[in-house]
Amino acid sequence: MIIAQQKTIKDIAAMISDCKKVLFVGCAGCVTVCLSGGEKETEILASALRMMRKLEGNPLETVTYTATRQCDPEYIPPMDEMAKDVDAIVSLACGVGVQYLAERFTDKWVVPALDTKFIGGSVTHGIWEEKCGLCGECILHKTGGICPIIRCSKSILNGPCGGSQYGKCEISKDVECAWQLIYDRMKTLGKLDKLMEIQPPKDWTKSRDGGPRKAIREDVMIG
Amino acid sequence: MKYLSKLHKILDSGEFAVTAEIGPPKHASAHGIRHHAEMLKNHVDATNITDCQTAIVRISSIAAGVHILDCGIEPIIQMTCRDRNRIAMQADALGAYCLGMRNMLCLSGDHQKFGNHPTAKNVYDVDSMQLIYLMKRMRDEKQFFSGEAIKDHEPRFYIGAVANPFADPFEFRVDRLEKKVEAGAQYIQTQCIFDMERFERFMEMVRERGLDQRVHILAGVTPLKGWRAAKYLQTGVSGMIVPDSMVERLKSAEDPKKEGVNICIEQIKHIKENVKGVHGVHIMAIAWEEVVPEIVERSGLYPRPKAELE
Repeated sequence: MIIAQQKTIKDIAAMISDCKKVLFVGCAGCVTVCLSGGEKETEILASALRMMRKLEGNPLETVTYTATRQCDPEYIPPMDEMAKDVDAIVSLACGVGVQYLAERFTDKWVVPALDTKFIGGSVTHGIWEEKCGLCGECILHKTGGICPIIRCSKSILNGPCGGSQYGKCEISKDVECAWQLIYDRMKTLGKLDKLMEIQPPKDWTKSRDGGPRKAIREDVMIG
Repeated sequence: MKYLSKLHKILDSGEFAVTAEIGPPKHASAHGIRHHAEMLKNHVDATNITDCQTAIVRISSIAAGVHILDCGIEPIIQMTCRDRNRIAMQADALGAYCLGMRNMLCLSGDHQKFGNHPTAKNVYDVDSMQLIYLMKRMRDEKQFFSGEAIKDHEPRFYIGAVANPFADPFEFRVDRLEKKVEAGAQYIQTQCIFDMERFERFMEMVRERGLDQRVHILAGVTPLKGWRAAKYLQTGVSGMIVPDSMVERLKSAEDPKKEGVNICIEQIKHIKENVKGVHGVHIMAIAWEEVVPEIVERSGLYPRPKAELE
């Protein structure tokens, strides 16, 4: 899922400081699961900002709504009525949701309440980790199911570099060396010989370097 | 046989080579680099020019190389994968070659976190293994990285790489060295050796695979100025092993700097006489370039052979 974290309340407040009525839109997708932009977080944020503004003598009126998914445009129109008389919309979705709201509500000031961090999973309650670099051409079958593109801090395809020691990456003792993990797993699987193949440079056009990407599936298109 | 560089000729002729390292400064004056080059020129066969070492902005390795060359030393241009994509790498390779540089050392580079611009974006478009291979292909098959033909004047570098016997997983270090040789590395400089036992185990594995017959290995050594420097390398730099005995020896020394030099000379002599398969020494006197001539002389490696290219 997409992992996102809320910006500080101070930063969010600054983005809407000149607004009197604001619509806060949560998302029931990834950000609900990672506890940053679901219904609960949306209500808490709206209420915190109301209190803050009240104390400042500049009261704020809030409207809240949680969309099924902000990354699906079909779930955006139900907000049309709510959005009509607000001065701004605060999205608690990932960057995708913020953009769909901005596209729909062309005359509204739409701002993000979250920082979209990465694609990952939860290690334990309250801890999430990055697992996929969205490079557009998966190579996990070559690296024992461990992604060096995003989990090696240098995205090395023929690792490990000389900074790997005691299983850790040179950047921090808290970061595991992806190539040590790859090595250990390939050894367990009896496939160390695969690591002797020189992996060629990656075709980054399949990643963001080829410009914004689009995925097209004609077989599921309607009409 | 046409040699690509003087270093190539010296190593291929079976001489025990001596290389050192000059770190460019964090300002725009070449005075210091030229001073060090003048000081080292009769005592080494070539000097590495580091490429924004530890991710700190410095005079670029190629620009510094122009000064080194001008002072009469053959530079070994270091090229890391951290700061350039494949377009910039090739542009710099063409540029360095047309400026007279003939040795290139390909390496990953320290993560930018360690430098003076930790908020920078890193590149790593290609990795060090791929860089070695692509530089070789440029030279031997006259092709750009993309495969497009280089019509004329392809850069013909003597290609080097690095190996760190002290990083993990230890068992894979020789495999990775073999990969680099397969990719096209012709000489290897190792990370600074302080744990001689581990280096000897590494070399034993290298010899078992016959890799010392396929590539020239230069053992990396570093004279330490005192026990604090030893302790810093021991605890603060990933991929280094400094035995406690070395820290203690420097701590109890009356003149730590002199002791640091003595240790380095002992290491060089030991490697040269006892560790088979090593074809030279790479002296990394970090911010202490002026001590290199003494180390070379007292290690019995002076005078250096004269190698002229046709």
